Amino acid sequence: MLKTRIIPCLDVAEGRVVKGVNFVDLVDAGDPVEAARAYDAAGADELCFLDIKATHENRSTLFDLARRTAEQCFMPLTVGGGVRNPADVRNLLLAGADKVSFNSAAVADPDVIAQSANHFGSQCIVVAIDAKTVAPGKWEIFTHGGRRATGIDAIDFALTVVSKGAGEILLTSMDRDGTRVGFNLPLTRAIADAVSVPVIASGGVGSLDHLVEGVTQGGASAVLAASIFHFGDFTIQEAKAHMAAAGIPMRMS
Amino acid sequence: MLTALIDYESGNLHSAQKAFERMAAELPNEEVIVTSDPEKLRRADRLVLPGDGAFPACKAALVEKTGLYEALLEAVEIDAKPFLGICVGMQMMASFGHEYQTTPGLDWIAGDIRPIAPTDPRLKVPHMGWNDLVITGAHPVLEGLKNGDHAYFVHSYHFVLKDKAQRLAHVEYDDEISAIVSAGTRIGMQFHPEKSQSTGLHLISNFLNWRP
Repeated sequence: MLKTRIIPCLDVAEGRVVKGVNFVDLVDAGDPVEAARAYDAAGADELCFLDIKATHENRSTLFDLARRTAEQCFMPLTVGGGVRNPADVRNLLLAGADKVSFNSAAVADPDVIAQSANHFGSQCIVVAIDAKTVAPGKWEIFTHGGRRATGIDAIDFALTVVSKGAGEILLTSMDRDGTRVGFNLPLTRAIADAVSVPVIASGGVGSLDHLVEGVTQGGASAVLAASIFHFGDFTIQEAKAHMAAAGIPMRMS
Repeated sequence: MLTALIDYESGNLHSAQKAFERMAAELPNEEVIVTSDPEKLRRADRLVLPGDGAFPACKAALVEKTGLYEALLEAVEIDAKPFLGICVGMQMMASFGHEYQTTPGLDWIAGDIRPIAPTDPRLKVPHMGWNDLVITGAHPVLEGLKNGDHAYFVHSYHFVLKDKAQRLAHVEYDDEISAIVSAGTRIGMQFHPEKSQSTGLHLISNFLNWRP
């Protein structure tokens, strides 16, 4: 049986982990590769790096990061942040990423998903959707870290990018991100029910019950979290045990 | 002994290379190269065909490289060197692929590459993540592998074999999905051993130790 995945996400900027990772005694809490190794050893199901200050100038830093991680961690790695075109996808895949995540470039031109999926296969093309509630049961895509409204309906957009070949949706509720009050479950459910591809729930995790709800109520195939793991509130194994106790199939080690 | 990872510009070779290098370093006199040079393939003692991407594109890339396809056939079909196909590289071992269009494969194991089409709408495609192996056959490369060990899968098509005796392991995903297939000196894995943490590294090590 396919297991539900737990994905710790590391926000990076200029090759360093933003805010640091403090759940084990790392020599350098800001080194993404060291953090990745610790999560690999802890039994995380996948890893995600998001470059939150991606610019053209620091592209090579992200490629280097993917390369150094893939040399030491033999587990699936998704990389995103500032990915604009199939050339970026190719460079990240060659560096060692298994999946590459598009965000604003897909909003600006959904055809970039078709171009990338046709070339590299849907299995490695993720679209990160940042959505906010605009009315009950209605969610809209926001870009630029949630500051800029686009007027695009989140469900319509999810269906569009999947029809273009996206193999996975990384869904972040911008209302919830950083709040620790739990995923936006109606949004997660609406997207998970609408699309045929796996949905990763993200944004708002503050407790282990939130992870459970993302799957049982939100219908997510995977749950992504940052701070509850980085700051040592819970270990990956504690999270897995809690989810398994709630009846969710997990890969235990 | 020299292990050649065939570079046909498909997918992520870097992690496969690093995983093979890691396990080769633990064995005496083992070397790993990544190459598309037919001469180097001829010198290799065993071959690995990794792969990510669509079946027709991968097949075309394999055939287009001058001399590569011929060197692969010579090494595997005539010289019977151990061969490992990974993901699409495993699917290439089939008679035909039916992704986008019908494309002939290497026809080393009779069967077809068909879309994963679960009847349960809650089951998503791609089949993406960790699934537990149901082992149905014995093989030196599977030594130490246990029923229920997890491997990392990411694919939308799967290998439907004519003769299930050539399948050594499968996973459940509505239907049974072929996970490990083999015929003679050839073995294929649908999942990514280079991404399957200790289970995957163990299988890579077994392949490097295999002397059929």
